[in-house]
Amino acid sequence: MGRIPASYLINRVTTLVLTVLIAATLIWIIPRLSGLDPASAALGRMAAGGGSVANADQILTQLRESFGLDQPLIVQYLLYIWNTVTLDFGLSTASFPTPVASMIANALPWTIGLMLVSLIITFIIGNLLGALMVWENTPRIWKVAIPSAMVFTSIPPILSGLLLMYVFSTQLRWFPLSGPYGLNVEPGWTLDFATSVLYHGFLPALSIVVVTFGFWALGMRGLMITVQGEDYTTLAKAKGLRPRYILYRYMIRNAILPQITAFALKIGMLVAGQVLVERIFAYPGMGKLLYDAILTQDYPVIQGVSFVIILMTAVAVFLVDLIYPFIDPRIRHGG
Amino acid sequence: MTTQNAAAPETAAPDMGGLTRRQIKRMKRFDNPWRNPKLIWGAALLLGIVALGLIGRMFWDTDMVFTGSGLPRQAPVGFENIRGQIGTWAHPLGTDVTGKDILALLIVGAPNSLYVGVLASLIGMSIGIFLGFSAGFIGGRTDDVIRVGSDVMITIPPLLILVVFQAAYGDISLTIMAILIACFVWQSPTRLIRAQVLSMRESGYVHMARLSGASTGHIMFREMLPNLVPYLFGSFIANVTTSIVTAVGLEVLGLGPQRVPTLGRVIYDAINSGALIQNLWWWWGIPTVLLAVMFIGLLMVNLGLDEVSNPRLRRL
Repeated sequence: MGRIPASYLINRVTTLVLTVLIAATLIWIIPRLSGLDPASAALGRMAAGGGSVANADQILTQLRESFGLDQPLIVQYLLYIWNTVTLDFGLSTASFPTPVASMIANALPWTIGLMLVSLIITFIIGNLLGALMVWENTPRIWKVAIPSAMVFTSIPPILSGLLLMYVFSTQLRWFPLSGPYGLNVEPGWTLDFATSVLYHGFLPALSIVVVTFGFWALGMRGLMITVQGEDYTTLAKAKGLRPRYILYRYMIRNAILPQITAFALKIGMLVAGQVLVERIFAYPGMGKLLYDAILTQDYPVIQGVSFVIILMTAVAVFLVDLIYPFIDPRIRHGG
Repeated sequence: MTTQNAAAPETAAPDMGGLTRRQIKRMKRFDNPWRNPKLIWGAALLLGIVALGLIGRMFWDTDMVFTGSGLPRQAPVGFENIRGQIGTWAHPLGTDVTGKDILALLIVGAPNSLYVGVLASLIGMSIGIFLGFSAGFIGGRTDDVIRVGSDVMITIPPLLILVVFQAAYGDISLTIMAILIACFVWQSPTRLIRAQVLSMRESGYVHMARLSGASTGHIMFREMLPNLVPYLFGSFIANVTTSIVTAVGLEVLGLGPQRVPTLGRVIYDAINSGALIQNLWWWWGIPTVLLAVMFIGLLMVNLGLDEVSNPRLRRL
């Protein structure tokens, strides 16, 4: 440890803080620019529910006070930033009075679980296939099959999700149509529950994997072409090492490292894609929460979910940047 | 290695041992990088979609995008729906639950998706070219600000900010949506151009131009920009894909333009009406496949352009 120069660390931390701050600010400013008054919107919902509202003026003033709208804008903004940073997003308006934070806390494990699983599988498959595209001993059939499989990779996961759902859930009925686990299992640390979760999570994960592995495969292909021309590969060949040994120990090990930084560029798209996949599979993660909130016009939830996802992305990128020099000693930080 | 071979195929005989006859023949031919099969196929797919939108308008009544243009739940020609009605040529691709004609929806919707993608990407590229050149060429404080700015913005998923925006504003037009998306696709061209400009800044011809007293603007846009064209094209196409993915994402969430037919909107309606369970596969399936073809076309153009700008990737 201690090899990271302070200037690099400061740079990364500044980026992280700025990202979070800008995202929070955008989320705060946008609804205010629209001229939408949350207090009258809440009153409108009451009126829609009860037919009419007595003493509407008083309620409106009271609502304004409770939303903090009677204070100057700058105070509102600072309060908001403070609340957001402490992950307090207020109360949901659609399922009043549930705190938004607890709704997000319930949804987050599902999203993170699904994302980690699909990300790890994609990373392994994608890099392996990318390496095989370049390796000279790859069977011919693979050399044809991999590039053809690549055409799927440009499709957003929601489209692959729909197609997989149609084929495997409604036509073949191999997999359940929606939901995170079966209706007949109790949530808990039991084997039944775990299998049910895996079974239900398979299709959502697969629909992300089939369309994202190509990104890694293409990157890996470029890197492998470079590694293939390096002297150490030629030397390994000249020494008469087995081709498979050269592939794993000499080529992939060297080529895979820059792939990890590509993660930082891709994660935003991955997250957005997953939000949509969760929505079509009715997976109870952040995506579904966001979609339900859009339907019910539940702004605190929309803002909270958006912010938490952006926060997750920013932190992930920050961690990758921080860990990277430890796994690739070739990198020297220029600050 | 390969370039040497291509230049002098006869003299490089010892190196040719591992090559097949086809590869040797390929080397002897004059190599025009733009005649790339991936590029041509990809462009053909995209042109096909544009043609569907343009020619389709002339031969098909696009007013059938409205509710009640035909009987609901009609199957495409050659298939039958749950009630056993066989599809007719009045609606060759079937209708949805409200009787909208699917073919008309595609004819109007597909160009809309491309329009949003291309417009957003064009705006994003223009911002990216301007900022990238400024950062790389001027350097110093300007560079710091632009670099940190693009680092920050690249981690924010556009979809989420746009969801917040649209949830607050409601209905928007296609053009406004494109402009909003453009606010999130300038980062990667900025980075790419900055890196290229930094490496070109010290090259001979730029020094030459500077010594000749050329203005900064002249050096940036007349001397350096033409060298970046393949990269710019690649970045442009990648951005079109990102923009369309974002636009479709918004539409599938039920946001985006409410009154203009878009492919994402059709899919949204289909999912919400339970088209998957009712086995109305043509309703969601055909727009999905069309979008998939669009993305495959864009990917192939992008791969082709990669090979044009980076000869190392070219297959013999």
